[in-house]
Amino acid sequence: MPVDPTPTPPPAIEVKNLVKSFAGVTAVSDVSFTVQRGEIIGFLGPNGAGKSTTMRILTGFLPATSGIVNLCGIPVASDPDAIKHLIGYMPENNPLPEDMRVSEYLFYRGRLKEVPRRKLSARIDEVLELCDLKRVRHRIIGKLSKGFRQRVGIAEAVLAEPPVIIMDEPTIGLDPHQILIVRDLIASLRGRMTVLISSHILPEIEVTCDRVVIINQGRIVASGTPNDLRREILGHSAYKLELAGDIAALSAVLNQVEPTLAIASHSETDTAGFRIFHLTTARDEPLGEELLRILANDSRFRLRGLAREHPSLEDVFLAATRRTWEMVDGPQNK
Amino acid sequence: MTFAAPLPLKKPFKNLQVKHFFTILSHELRILLVSPSTYIAAVAFLSVMGFFFTMMVDTYSAAAQEVTPAVTFFQYFWVPVLLVVPLLTMKSIAEERRQGTLETLLTTPVSTAEVVLGKYFSAYFLYVSLWACTSGFFYILHRFDKNEHFIDFGPLAGGYAFVAISGLLFVAIGIAASAVSRNQAMAALFSGTVLIVLILGFNFLPNIQLLHNEALRPLKTAVDYAQVFQHLADFSRGVVDTRQVLFYVSGTVLVLIFSIFSVEVKLLHS
Repeated sequence: MPVDPTPTPPPAIEVKNLVKSFAGVTAVSDVSFTVQRGEIIGFLGPNGAGKSTTMRILTGFLPATSGIVNLCGIPVASDPDAIKHLIGYMPENNPLPEDMRVSEYLFYRGRLKEVPRRKLSARIDEVLELCDLKRVRHRIIGKLSKGFRQRVGIAEAVLAEPPVIIMDEPTIGLDPHQILIVRDLIASLRGRMTVLISSHILPEIEVTCDRVVIINQGRIVASGTPNDLRREILGHSAYKLELAGDIAALSAVLNQVEPTLAIASHSETDTAGFRIFHLTTARDEPLGEELLRILANDSRFRLRGLAREHPSLEDVFLAATRRTWEMVDGPQNK
Repeated sequence: MTFAAPLPLKKPFKNLQVKHFFTILSHELRILLVSPSTYIAAVAFLSVMGFFFTMMVDTYSAAAQEVTPAVTFFQYFWVPVLLVVPLLTMKSIAEERRQGTLETLLTTPVSTAEVVLGKYFSAYFLYVSLWACTSGFFYILHRFDKNEHFIDFGPLAGGYAFVAISGLLFVAIGIAASAVSRNQAMAALFSGTVLIVLILGFNFLPNIQLLHNEALRPLKTAVDYAQVFQHLADFSRGVVDTRQVLFYVSGTVLVLIFSIFSVEVKLLHS
């Protein structure tokens, strides 16, 4: 990751060699990452990967076993009081008091977070508007639907306008429509606040986040933009080709277009004589146009379709987490 | 640049802010006032105490007694203590921990000490308010009683002073029990047991033959000081011994510090 040479603003979140162990079990082992201000970062990992533990350490709720965590240049370990003014945190499962009204709850939290009393009610109106909660402001939280509760949690996290927002699985258990609303809500914070969200709903992360950190077994297995990760983890671009013709001839033509382009797999011929080929290449630049031109003009082939395949973040995630498991279970186990 | 081991506890008493304490206290009081369980507890408490009071008035009307009604009435103080204190306090921290709201609370700029003290004083306020309601019984007695000597202001004030001062420790014990458990029922059971040992158990300790051993004299003295019923008798007679007040106040402070640290310790292992 390139380090910004200008010393002026320290990064919003800086984690170096973070280790956390519980009674001999290492939950987080040697995790390092940096988040710049205004970025939205997705924190991905299977259950028990250490996502929640890392987030709790970032908030100062849990002390780390070793390592350095700085938020906006302030070390969490030595100044937890200052850190609490810098973060808005929504824990996993978004615990809320059942027997309070939405506006009362926000007022109470605002007082705890030291929002000046004069500004508080205007600020509450603002976050209610932002999170589309105006209709339910006088309802009891315990009687709200899950989507509303989740938005109350987000409203609470952004209430004091902290520079860093940390949300543990903000979209868990929501229906697709509610996920869309929450996603837009998070996207609306881009540039104003640094947001760290964890999830295992991958399309979610892909759409919302600028960068993704994949963590497994307490280690970071990959980090970067979703596109970088695709390239880094899967290491190739893929094409899907529907074509009738001789396989050996096709290989020769493909080799001509790009030496690394090869047939990864192909299906049986269907009734019309077509096969579906899966092609892979190490080249990242689009080859589609050239490939289309050559194959269409070649009388040996009949071309029905060509498409570049977009591996989803899911493939990247599975490949990246599989890689760590192999690393951990393999003979070179550290 | 690296630090070897983190601080074991997050210095709960550093930056103690009165502002936060009052925010939490007023929030807790508001929750108490709107929650139906408070009123149910009040009705139950006043029914039990009203029953004792009626029984007592009945005895007094039948035959003359040696002591004034106030003294007899406060003899029963331990019944509501054992019933009401665990019920009032069991929820405070255990429930927040179970629901996970303790985590959101402690990631705002409040310290554990402010949270525990806020909850403690709201529970204490309710406890004292419930007892204050029983003054209505004495008012009724005074209003309809033709026999003026029934209401003796000294023992009455002494009794309420005892309840207010001993309540500090009893409520603190309830809060400590809630601070060490995740389960409300366990918290109630734990605080109930400790209160029984403290109030009733210490009554029997001086009878143990072993304590009469000369070598155990300091222990015997300590046990003699911790006689809750003796404290009540002294207060009722209008004797306010600073040693007894100190016993409750220092006990309260110790138990509250213990509660604050147990909340912190449980966070480290959460």
